[in-house]
Amino acid sequence: MGLRGEAAIVGIAELPALKLKDAQPAFTIDQYARLAQQVCADAGLEPTLVNGLVTHGIGESAMFAPATLSEYLGLPLDFGERVDLGGATAAGMVWRAAAAVELGICDAVLAVVPGSLAVPRSQRRPAVDPGWYGASSNNYGSPQAEFEIPYGNVGQNGPYAQIAQRYAAEFGYDPEATAAIAVAQRTNACAHPGAIFHGKPITTQDVLDSPMIADPIHMLEVVMRVHGGAGVLIVNADLAKRARNRPVWVKGFGEHVAFKTPTYADDLVRTPIARAADRAFTMAGLERTDVDMASIYDCYTITVLMSLEDAGFCAKGTGMSWVREHDLTFRGDFPVNTAGGQLSFGQAGMAGGMHHVVDGARQVMGRAGDAQVADCHTAFVTGNGGIMSEQVALLLQGE
Amino acid sequence: MNAPTTQPKPMPEPTPVSQPFWDALAEGRVLIQYSPSAGEYVFYPRTLAPRTLADDLEWREISGRGTVYTFTVADRPTAPPWVDAVPQLLAVVEWDEGPRVSTELVGVEPADIRIGMRVEPVFDRDPDSGTTLLRYRPDTTS
Repeated sequence: MGLRGEAAIVGIAELPALKLKDAQPAFTIDQYARLAQQVCADAGLEPTLVNGLVTHGIGESAMFAPATLSEYLGLPLDFGERVDLGGATAAGMVWRAAAAVELGICDAVLAVVPGSLAVPRSQRRPAVDPGWYGASSNNYGSPQAEFEIPYGNVGQNGPYAQIAQRYAAEFGYDPEATAAIAVAQRTNACAHPGAIFHGKPITTQDVLDSPMIADPIHMLEVVMRVHGGAGVLIVNADLAKRARNRPVWVKGFGEHVAFKTPTYADDLVRTPIARAADRAFTMAGLERTDVDMASIYDCYTITVLMSLEDAGFCAKGTGMSWVREHDLTFRGDFPVNTAGGQLSFGQAGMAGGMHHVVDGARQVMGRAGDAQVADCHTAFVTGNGGIMSEQVALLLQGE
Repeated sequence: MNAPTTQPKPMPEPTPVSQPFWDALAEGRVLIQYSPSAGEYVFYPRTLAPRTLADDLEWREISGRGTVYTFTVADRPTAPPWVDAVPQLLAVVEWDEGPRVSTELVGVEPADIRIGMRVEPVFDRDPDSGTTLLRYRPDTTS
């Protein structure tokens, strides 16, 4: 069961993180086009080779996103797919693209995620209020509209703090340990020029002194929204030989979707990445000890900690001591989020998940510059959607 | 955010599926569904039982008592309607019958909240909409 490891990421693109006020407005179809152009150029492959496309959706059209993009880009598709997995979308795109390639239904697949909300505004139509419901739906009949939103259970901070509180009750909590994750990732961001916090190191005390947002989560343990965008090009083995970069083979994946709202999780502190990671490692025929770097979806520090535990890099309940015993920087014994992660690179909206795919692929390609991990051949990447409710694991490997 | 502090708090709108739950809250009772074939209580209200998809859900009254499964004290409002309502005491309560429910705690100091503490329902009627929300306070009988 599973992938043979015969589809590879051969082109990557990630726009530098920009502060919200600095972004040039562009439609999401134009953002997609520019990123598509970049991943093809990065791979050294002509865009006309593309015959597969994956998208999360586009701002200009509620439906028919693959067809609209196919038409706009002028690229007829043998595989057009839309993925709706929140922060796990990007990782979910990668395995779907790899599976389509291995099935032989297409040769080269764009998996691109625009990450800028700065779009041109119509002079004729009233601006649409983006609302404050975030990942919750206030539509009539939505469970969230009826049973969550009226109690103020909306947004991400509250539910993630609830997860952290439950974790604390079961296993204990060490604020300096979660802070250490933020500090290590900031160190990585300081070696990665595109990061929003490049050149701005922080200390554990800075994290602990930052305002409490939702107990026990501090401000510096929460992602900052930026503008950006990221994408990859996934191709078959024949095209991988022609590409410019070291192919990053998609060796294994796992996906598990468990719930929407954490109130209804079977077990709030044992997250879906456990099953997803087990399946990924089994598929790839790899061990945890084979991993040279991990890029872990990091909307909050607690997300990183629990993902490392549940993915099997340390025993359940030992993550707080484990992160203090290991060096998570790119120079360390267990490099995590070597481009800063979303905590320190910035979260470019839906492209935040693609940050981790690009981080892993960039390291395996050996193109991470000052933040390059020595002898990096195997990367473990996670995506996390909702409130640790839907997660995807990827194992990426150079030859 | 520049939203005015007067932004109204969103109220639930009962649906054909959930109406009995909200009607019961208005009467000071907690009515949730039970699937005899699965032997499980179910929340929130559905048409078919989750997991088995059995077409045998029936309404049963429960005490509404339970324990705090988890919580957080939100010092920053989770959304504009709550800018004047911090700290928000956001909690998940596990009913004695099994299912969990999202709620807010009232009548308790934030520092006194503990996971596992016993809580009892507070039937909180919103005079404007006529809707009764289900909030929780420390159990007065234990």
